[in-house]
Amino acid sequence: MRLKCLMLGAATMALTAPAALAERGADGQVNVIMWQAPSTMNPYMSAGTKDIIASSIALEPLASFTTEGTIEPRLAAEIPSLDNGGIAKDLKSVTWKLKPGVKWADGSPFTAADVAFTAAYCLDPNGGCAQLAKFEGVEKVEAVDELTVKISFVSPRPDPFSAFVGAQSPVLQKAQFQNCTGEKAPTCTEQNFNPQGTGAFKVAEFRTNDTITFEANPEYRDAAKPAFARLVVKGGGDSAAAARAVLETGEFDYAWNTQLAPEVIAGMEAAGKGKNVAAFGSLVERIHVNLTDPSSDLPEGERSTARHPHPILTDAAVRKALSMAIDRQLLTEIGYGPAGRPTCNLVPAPAAWASDNTECLAQDIEGAKALLDQAGWVAGGDGIREKDGKRLKLVFQSSVNAVRQDFQALIKQWWSEIGVETELKTVDPSVFFGGDAGSPDTFQKFYADVEMYANNFEGNNPEPYLARQTCDKIPGPENQWQGENTSRFCDPEFDRMIGEMTQIVDPAERGAMGKKLNEMLTRDSNAVIPLVYRGTASAVSNTLGGVKLNAWDSELWNVADWYRVKQ
Amino acid sequence: MTDPKLVEEAAAPAAVPGAEALPPDAPVEGAPMRSQGRDVWRQFRSHRGAMLALVIFAAIVLFVSLGPVLWRIDPTFVDYRARNQGFTLAHPFGTDQLGRDLLARMMAGGQVSIAVGLVAMAIALSLGSLVGVLSGYFRRLDAPLMRLTELFLALPLLPLLLLMVTLFREPLGKALGPAGGTFLLIVCAIGATSWMQTARIVRGDVLGLKEREFILAAKSIGTPAPRMILRHVLPNVVSPIMVAATLGIATAIITESALSFLGLGFPPDFPTWGRLLFDAVDQMQMYPWRVILPGAFISLTVLSVNYIGDGLRDAMDPRIRGR
Repeated sequence: MRLKCLMLGAATMALTAPAALAERGADGQVNVIMWQAPSTMNPYMSAGTKDIIASSIALEPLASFTTEGTIEPRLAAEIPSLDNGGIAKDLKSVTWKLKPGVKWADGSPFTAADVAFTAAYCLDPNGGCAQLAKFEGVEKVEAVDELTVKISFVSPRPDPFSAFVGAQSPVLQKAQFQNCTGEKAPTCTEQNFNPQGTGAFKVAEFRTNDTITFEANPEYRDAAKPAFARLVVKGGGDSAAAARAVLETGEFDYAWNTQLAPEVIAGMEAAGKGKNVAAFGSLVERIHVNLTDPSSDLPEGERSTARHPHPILTDAAVRKALSMAIDRQLLTEIGYGPAGRPTCNLVPAPAAWASDNTECLAQDIEGAKALLDQAGWVAGGDGIREKDGKRLKLVFQSSVNAVRQDFQALIKQWWSEIGVETELKTVDPSVFFGGDAGSPDTFQKFYADVEMYANNFEGNNPEPYLARQTCDKIPGPENQWQGENTSRFCDPEFDRMIGEMTQIVDPAERGAMGKKLNEMLTRDSNAVIPLVYRGTASAVSNTLGGVKLNAWDSELWNVADWYRVKQ
Repeated sequence: MTDPKLVEEAAAPAAVPGAEALPPDAPVEGAPMRSQGRDVWRQFRSHRGAMLALVIFAAIVLFVSLGPVLWRIDPTFVDYRARNQGFTLAHPFGTDQLGRDLLARMMAGGQVSIAVGLVAMAIALSLGSLVGVLSGYFRRLDAPLMRLTELFLALPLLPLLLLMVTLFREPLGKALGPAGGTFLLIVCAIGATSWMQTARIVRGDVLGLKEREFILAAKSIGTPAPRMILRHVLPNVVSPIMVAATLGIATAIITESALSFLGLGFPPDFPTWGRLLFDAVDQMQMYPWRVILPGAFISLTVLSVNYIGDGLRDAMDPRIRGR
């Protein structure tokens, strides 16, 4: 056994040796195409994913999310925990120890003062920081000594990994940005376009919305990395053109966000120049069932509010039948291919939170019919079921999107097989997701019986995400239709467990509780009918090695480890 | 050899006195008919492009109206085991990415598209001609009506349509069903936003006509305005109206496609040519026929309608007729 291990180890060593022994800059240039071109290198000035990804090439946070959604130290020496004393007993502060000897690209040392400055920079009320959410509940950030930072919270935080974790909140250099705080922040073009970083590359030339040229950072803490001397990020085009540039023509090594129909991607991959890879975060395509009455006979302001329960969908048997009639495997295959997996969960990851609920994966039309028969829904002359004079007819809305319309057509057919009539409705995405309280077509207003969209959560903590499904988060006129509990799910037991969860620290216990909450929403009540666990897709050339696509953090989080595959 | 016609004429009894003013009871065979409709038709027939276009347009209308009676596959039936098929006997036009029969979808889509095109064109045309004639003929109405036209021209079309759909989709849908309500809404929306060019063209023509001698003559014998417009003005501006009409059908079909694409048109389970086209764009490279077929139908319809309009214009213009 031990011999086998040793041999395996030796074999791995031999395989990785060329990459590990490579010197900095030995592999020349790597070309990345981002069809939405980055417009700044300072993520505090833009909430756009494209800008966050571009900035993560040069700037680094204290810790990163790994591909599994766990946390890994970057500029920190270790991850704070209750055991190592990093997280205070009262959960009101977290203390980070920094890696010693880290230098900025200009050669000056990286210290705790930079971290404290970055927090002050973002928390400045006049600065218009785009990443304020990452600093929510942060009372103050102070540099205890050269290599120790303490973040204090207003109230106890069982999960303190928000500020300085992940590419949205990297550390800026105090010396460079100290004259750029408050109102001056957006005007510091030179600083925002060419920030000093600790990452593997530094900006050589920045052309807004066009091209960014990076050079290997001579001060990077690992002397052998990065393997590439130059990294060029080119913007422009669309997702299909970007995918083609990597997969068919081979002009680029890496293309960001290549979400295309599975058949289209397969056609491009046939050229043999590269592969489309997917990473799975927490994005789930789901159907929300409206538990309140959206009928237009009700006066405005009372439609789809808790005052009027839904005449049909409050029947749990109907909701379960709707879920049973869906073939999630087929939906995934048609809509997303390898970039999707069928799921029965609203919280599909991280592993500790993902319920092993797989009951819904097998389609069961006969079972659904039997269930409706039992519940007293009898098929009428035209095959549509009725009960107490109510026809089983639903309005099914979604945003305009080719894949969603395919899903709507398929689901409509399955539902018609079990005797449910469906009227389809589509809404322009900018209206549907626009959140305008004056529009009747937003997903929050939900003037339909069922609706389909996708959502995910930031970071690796699903607690706030689950907490959106409590009774007080039901959208309605009193909160300007801004609540996120679109199903209007209201269960006192669920609310009680959410309250309890804020007091629990132990990750395993939190995960177990999360699973239960997730099941209450999905399997037990079918208020939410999850369909597909969606990944984010990117195209990678066969000659590019070391890419580990990450859906929890910036896709380019490990760009320091990329290398050229020798052929 | 004697001409039978001559013989017949010679054998005919003498005409009753006073009957010379009346047309003959039975027209002599081979003699030209003097009805206007027949004249127009004769002239139209001599326009070879227009005749071809008429045949094609009739064929398309037959295809979409009678086709579904013969080809009985439901255009929205999803048969996912038969996805992405090519041209087969079971599916002559193949199937789409969900296995829906494209022949059936093409027919169903054509019904909607052609109906939208014709009705929206009719609305735009009536509105445009009305405004154009009124503002051209009555000097007092000219300024206000033309300012109204400019106002409509300046309105951004898309936000206006968005507003109309948001406000009226639900009440109309409830009264007329989702398809009927959307149909009415869309044809009204397109009609109400595309009459302005017609109005301007017609006004210009009417202004020119007003100065002509025959109008002056009609005026001097005291012809009232309504009769004047219907008898003397409208027939003379028919040709620009016809041209505007044919272009209008094309615009209406294309606007409907754009609306469907934005989610403001018909619900996704009502295929239209525009929607079929947009649905297929993603797979254009792999299944080019899915784009070519609806595209070809739209182009053929638009082209044939244009040619018919061209032929009609020539046929109805007395100055060109007979040349």
